[in-house]
Amino acid sequence: MFDFIAGHYDYWFIISLITIGLYGMIIKKNLVKKLIGMTIFQASIILFYISSSIKAGATVPILSDKFNSADVANYINPLPHALMLTAIVVGVATVGVAFALLVLIYKRYNTLDEKELIERMK
Amino acid sequence: MIAKNLPAILPLIFLASALLIPLLGVWKKKIAYPFAITATLAAASLSVYGFIYVILNGTITYYFGGWVPPIGIEYVYDPLSSFVAVVINVVALLVLTHGYSVVKIDLEGRQVAYYSVVMLLMTGFNGMIITGDLFNLYVFIEISSLSGYALIAVGEKRAPFAAFRYLIIGTIGASFYLLGIGFLYFISGTLNMNDLALILPMMKDSPTILVALILIVVGLGIKMAIFPMHGWLPDSYTYAPTTSSALIAPIGTKVGAYVLLRLLFFVFGIDYFSNELPIADLIAVFSCGGIIFGSVMAIASKEMKRMLAYSSVAQIGYIGLGIGLANPFGFIGAVLHLLNHAFMKACLFIVAGNLRTKAGHSDISLMDDSFRKKYPWTMAAFTVAALSMVGLPPLAGFFSKWYLVLGTIESSRWIYLAVILLSSLLNAVYFFRILEKVYMRSSVKYKSDESYSDNIRQDEVVPSMLLPTLVLAVGLIVLGILNVFIVNQIYKMMPEGL
Amino acid sequence: MKHGSSSPIILLLSRVISPYIMLFGMYVVFHGHYSPGGGFQGGAMLAASILLIRIAVEEKVHQMHFKRTLGIPLGAVGVLVFFGTGLISLLLGGYFLDYHLLPIPWLEAPDLRNAGILIIEVGVGLAVMTILVSIYDNLLEDDDV
Repeated sequence: MFDFIAGHYDYWFIISLITIGLYGMIIKKNLVKKLIGMTIFQASIILFYISSSIKAGATVPILSDKFNSADVANYINPLPHALMLTAIVVGVATVGVAFALLVLIYKRYNTLDEKELIERMK
Repeated sequence: MIAKNLPAILPLIFLASALLIPLLGVWKKKIAYPFAITATLAAASLSVYGFIYVILNGTITYYFGGWVPPIGIEYVYDPLSSFVAVVINVVALLVLTHGYSVVKIDLEGRQVAYYSVVMLLMTGFNGMIITGDLFNLYVFIEISSLSGYALIAVGEKRAPFAAFRYLIIGTIGASFYLLGIGFLYFISGTLNMNDLALILPMMKDSPTILVALILIVVGLGIKMAIFPMHGWLPDSYTYAPTTSSALIAPIGTKVGAYVLLRLLFFVFGIDYFSNELPIADLIAVFSCGGIIFGSVMAIASKEMKRMLAYSSVAQIGYIGLGIGLANPFGFIGAVLHLLNHAFMKACLFIVAGNLRTKAGHSDISLMDDSFRKKYPWTMAAFTVAALSMVGLPPLAGFFSKWYLVLGTIESSRWIYLAVILLSSLLNAVYFFRILEKVYMRSSVKYKSDESYSDNIRQDEVVPSMLLPTLVLAVGLIVLGILNVFIVNQIYKMMPEGL
Repeated sequence: MKHGSSSPIILLLSRVISPYIMLFGMYVVFHGHYSPGGGFQGGAMLAASILLIRIAVEEKVHQMHFKRTLGIPLGAVGVLVFFGTGLISLLLGGYFLDYHLLPIPWLEAPDLRNAGILIIEVGVGLAVMTILVSIYDNLLEDDDV
């Protein structure tokens, strides 16, 4: 049992980040806090990909002169890192669009609190 | 050379025009619309040519950068994806033709930015349909979603909040999808759809595949607006400007449904998701809930665009029911309803746009029988589309419901059959009340003011707005008559195992 | 910001450090195809160098540094550089983004792929830099700080 928890400690960390992100998106009333929750949620998925790409006793995937041949067991898997670069860019673009929307909402309603917004929208 | 490169050309035309419109807009602002409509016309004609080519010659595959799959990214242009590409490009062409006058009035001075984002939206949709790589699909989902958020937010006063809510919920959906394909990649080692379909049957009992399937279904269900995850849809479609809702409503959810169809039927396989796990039943039950909920809420709506938004939830429920049935008639019903509903919803949203332009509102309680004199052609198109939504033969809507009914009879699910018939009745309620207000009240009320009814002249919209309305309405009749021909082509699209 | 910072330390240090950040950002862009780095990372650092000036210095001066109206057209040019290299390969008979068909006369096939990736990294770096700066400009359009 202890082996199960301690052996997978990175997955427990990622699950706790997902939970914190979802909590922020759903429970918090301020729109900026919802956005922060979404950023934490996306960061946890990026961490999941990267933490699952490591191998025991391997090094960074740059061709080195210390190893004689390009034996793949000596290098970690670089494909999830490349995928996560794209995911980070997507996250940045989403946050950019979200902030533009927030500035527009603030200009029209003068508040960023969800309860007050629903009151003023009626 | 065009036929060989066709899978790449379709998204790339839209991407090129999305990049050239801001550059040329610095020099001359009026060039945005002709550029956009030329690109959409080229894409629509190329997609029709591609569909005919693929039906005659077979699937075209395309390797980006020359890297052979499973190392490289592959684009697969088979009968199903070419069919959906034809549907969305033709609908986009008609909506953009209609949008010329509307955008000039609604969004004065922001046309360069608007058309550039519309081109990005179409890039995202075309890429989603044609790609054969799971991560490339995520990238195109996000491209089309971000463009959708921006297009919805330029509407009326309440639009940015609806767009923000759509952003939060949509990003959760895409992130769940990303997590799901992460699990699939780490257990199988490939991101290519064809390769994954070969590897997955070897590891059926793994709980990782189960988690991946559930995450992908939930993530794509949020994009597709299946019942419990449809919360973003009514507000977004109601407060968006006319052209945006006419672009996103018929096309966006359909492309999500197509992606779910492709992943469930072609990658995971019928055996896995229908026979071993009750995922198909879950999707079917949620879809039935969505059908009833959407129809009831549409009856309760007072404004036409909100009614059409809830009706979209119900119609997506039909496509979800077709997916959940997992038998040949269900597949045919789902694909046919994808085509029919795109045309019907585009026609209805364009009619709502016409009414908003001319009468200033689209409120149902304010509609009266002066509408049938003032806008005869628009209300005629509305009648055709409404009858097709209810499901009267020989219009197009009847045939997709017919195949769904055949699918439920074949699986002996009588509850789904009752849901389909009941919902047709509910559809009739909320469409016929508009038709009753417009067509069936006589002018007897205006006896005290007899000159009133004579003074109403025809005040129809300009031809560039009227022509797409009529083309879509006539298209519904044509699709109904050509139904057998279309179903014969759908038989070629079915995966093995059906 | 419209008015510059009132502290002379910030004014001096930001104007001294910003060129070095820009130089390092270009170094990261040009190393993308061979070692850690690449278009997006380098572009974000280049944007950081421009935004540092925008935060610290008054409006008249930072518009001379990088004009607001240059943002989106330069971004479109950056992505068009990416698109153009792919299109050249398409028109010369190969697949899209198939670099070994690029018409650079003095290089062989593996070096041509090297050169192709370098060109698209530069395009992506330019696009990311200008788009990040224009996001900042749009958010602070009517600001009075």
